[in-house]
Amino acid sequence: MPQVRMRVNGREVSGEVEPRTLLVEFLREHLGLTGTHVGCDTSQCGCCVVHVDGRSVKSCTLLAVQCDGAEVLTIEGLARNGELHPLQRAFHECHGLQCGFCTPGMIMSALELLQRNPSPSEGEVRAWLEGNLCRCTGYHNIVRAILRAAEEMREAPQPAA
Amino acid sequence: MVEKGIGQPVPRKEDRRFVTGRGRYTDDINLPGQLHAVFVRSPHAHARIRRIDKDSVLGMPGVVAVLTGADAEADGIGPLICGWMIHSRDGSPMKMGTHRVLATDKVRYVGDRVACIVAETPHQARDAAEALVVEYEELEPVVDLATAHDAPARVHDDIPHNLCYDWELGDRAAVDEAFARAAKVVSLDLTNNRLVPNAMEPRAALAAYDPGKDEITLYLTSQNPHVHRLVMSAFNNIAPEHKLRVVAPDVGGGFGSKIFIYGEECVVAWAARRLGRPVKWREERSEAFLADAHGRDHLTHAEMAVDEDGRILALRVDTKANLGAYMSTFSSAIPTYLYAPLLSGQYRIPAIYARVRTYYTNTTPVDAYRGAGRPEACYVVETLVDAAARELGLDRAEIRRRNFIPKDAFPYETPVIMTYDSGDYATCLERALELADYAGFEQRRREAAARGKLRGIGIACYIEACGIAPSQAAISLGAGVGLWESAEVRFTHTGKVQVFTGTHTHGQGHETTFSQLVAEALGVPFEDVEVIHGDTAATPVGMGTYGSRSQAVGGEAILRACNKIIEKGKKIAAHLLEASDADIEFEAGTFRVKGTDRQKTIQEVAFAAYVPSSYPPDLEPGLEASAFFDPPNFTFPSGTYVCEVEVDPETGQVSVEKWVAVDDFGRVINPLIVEGQVHGGVVQGLGQALLEHAIYDRESGQLLTGSFMDYAMPRADHVPDFVVEFAPGSPSPSNSLGAKGAGEAGAIGAPPAIMNAIWDAIGVRVEMPATPERVWRALQSVRMPQAAE
Ligand code: FES
Ligand code: FES
Repeated sequence: MPQVRMRVNGREVSGEVEPRTLLVEFLREHLGLTGTHVGCDTSQCGCCVVHVDGRSVKSCTLLAVQCDGAEVLTIEGLARNGELHPLQRAFHECHGLQCGFCTPGMIMSALELLQRNPSPSEGEVRAWLEGNLCRCTGYHNIVRAILRAAEEMREAPQPAA
Repeated sequence: MVEKGIGQPVPRKEDRRFVTGRGRYTDDINLPGQLHAVFVRSPHAHARIRRIDKDSVLGMPGVVAVLTGADAEADGIGPLICGWMIHSRDGSPMKMGTHRVLATDKVRYVGDRVACIVAETPHQARDAAEALVVEYEELEPVVDLATAHDAPARVHDDIPHNLCYDWELGDRAAVDEAFARAAKVVSLDLTNNRLVPNAMEPRAALAAYDPGKDEITLYLTSQNPHVHRLVMSAFNNIAPEHKLRVVAPDVGGGFGSKIFIYGEECVVAWAARRLGRPVKWREERSEAFLADAHGRDHLTHAEMAVDEDGRILALRVDTKANLGAYMSTFSSAIPTYLYAPLLSGQYRIPAIYARVRTYYTNTTPVDAYRGAGRPEACYVVETLVDAAARELGLDRAEIRRRNFIPKDAFPYETPVIMTYDSGDYATCLERALELADYAGFEQRRREAAARGKLRGIGIACYIEACGIAPSQAAISLGAGVGLWESAEVRFTHTGKVQVFTGTHTHGQGHETTFSQLVAEALGVPFEDVEVIHGDTAATPVGMGTYGSRSQAVGGEAILRACNKIIEKGKKIAAHLLEASDADIEFEAGTFRVKGTDRQKTIQEVAFAAYVPSSYPPDLEPGLEASAFFDPPNFTFPSGTYVCEVEVDPETGQVSVEKWVAVDDFGRVINPLIVEGQVHGGVVQGLGQALLEHAIYDRESGQLLTGSFMDYAMPRADHVPDFVVEFAPGSPSPSNSLGAKGAGEAGAIGAPPAIMNAIWDAIGVRVEMPATPERVWRALQSVRMPQAAE
């Protein structure tokens, strides 16, 4: 079985995987990082979004072996020293989550948006979230949370995640 | 005012674990030595199972077992049940087709469970599931609800006409009489489209058998773990009730779909005992489309009789409801008692008659989905009211005003067995019209026309019955269980409070709102309260969360337990303060001798209760109390939604431009959370109105919309920003909180508001979902003049 190595949330990890193992399976089942969720089998819900080499990707759509040597950031790696990232805080303050199942993917997806575009409009946020489904919140508070986090991050820029 | 007490928009306690990826959903749990289950499902809508060739996969790598319906029967596993008995008009009981945990004789819908493969890894189980040889003899399916009655085929061989029951409610003669003298009658044929619930977390289960204790622990995605335990032990023979522990940890949304007792979870629990190893199952999304109970799916002919002033005289409704292939857990109650009793809407309607026939078809079972019966009723009433306004040339707000049950008429008895508790409908309507600038709408319509767009405005005034349910009333109507709720409130030595509730939170934020309640009632810090739910080994027997019942029923049980604690605390405080019980008053966490400054905090009293060095001789130590609350009536939230849409006449595309919601939920514990419930409900309603539709191929019975590629879910850019306001409100007299429930309102009120707006925009009524194609075709059919002319 192939061996993969990657850096996940700043930590070197490796493992033997069946070639068909998806990145999300590797994260959840081999590394126990269960914050990344699986909500579909057609690459459409976005519950599984993580960052690979600084870009948001659907981890159900990549094989683990494709990520050999990559730098991976998951929701578990976002808070620093117990301090929530502004996006995490804003989701909390704006009630941007209910059941929480879509939330890790939403936050990781929004993170790339704000890295590319620090001042998105409401419409740009809604358009960016095209690949993330939420069945609970009606999106209203998710959009508010992302706009609030953007504001906070502009005022106090974050160290690169 | 208590900090973070009742009425404040406190951000949620539960969020931290979810935003950091530390939630603990069923699929996040693993047990040493666990096996993995995958279900083999029927590829046919209707077929006889000729042979299942276990040998075709038993030698495959990692395969441990292939379980079939015959194995389940041999082990005494009982069939699935429907927990609500409905009688037909002729007095005969509903006809229940046998629903096995794994099919034995026939498969009855695409996705029906045929076998379960258990293997060492999920991949191995999946490989074997694909390889298992099953021989079928295909039968003609019954797909179409409209023709199910006369279909040549039968879903269940012993049920003629595929008819489960033919039920009625109301006074038919009075309705006929009112129609005979009506100035106008409007009549409509309405389709309430079939929906797939699609909670983002697919269902999952993990079971372990402990031979030492002869006990099964089952983790699963449930809205009501005690109900799962009850049914799985009493009917499915999984284990005696005291030997079955059911845990519903974090659950990623339910919307009804996780109330029901399905075959998969039963098989997983049974397999764990049979094989002596933990067994885990996680549904794929494409399985969820087939296997989770769907919602709605009604065909209705509805008529309304009005006088020349637009006053409603009577309503006559004839509905065919699709049951799917089998009766799911509460399926019989949804198109009957959760539907027809709401047909009075917010209006004084002297006579109502409803007839409901429910049919089996070779499709996925249909059961409660957010709103469950009430959205179907609201859609009928609010569409008819608009039709009547058009017929009479009346303003659509005005016709509603003329028919509202006035504020001073409560409690109000409808002709369809409900007694509305309280309401103030006119205030909600007027406020919503004001926020929506209803008066200025024609101007916006003209502006839109100048841009080549057709703009329309729609109103819906909804009513909902929540706080399910007064047990005796429910049981007299056929419910197999009581629908009270339970709570236990416990102080610890150090003055912290644990709250054990029989409800379950899967997005509703009970850990926060119940903490607010307790902080207010006991005067303890919000942070000192911990809410525990979802584990039958920890919580008192409770009925779970659905029907917007948790605050109005479960919250009241908590409050009553708090009151018992205060009563006992008074006795302890009296002893400590050397006063008589009657002289002690309690306020904001402090027991005080009336008119003095001699006092003890509730934490000091709790400590004294556990370390009774000086203690009333006739009192038990400890400070905890439990309570059950059985509500005297339902609660009746209401409100008005106003929606503005723009239609592009070139493409038929509808966009929702403006949304105003004014809801009367009685007393609101946490407005932040309740607004969130409205947003979510409205968007599910928007999904029903514009996007979502579970479509079966009429010939083959295949689900054509079986993934997120074919079934359109609402996304962030389908949705406008919402204006949500709570009316000053009419507190419910059904519980001391005055709470009414808020979980389903959005999904009930939104579809007619949107559809009425589209009707207004294009001048012709279309069916849900109003897809661009349908709207465009409708526009062609009336040959609308170009909007821009
Ligand atoms: S799990 Fe749905 S997109 Fe990855
Ligand atoms: S919070 Fe439940 S799916 Fe988004």
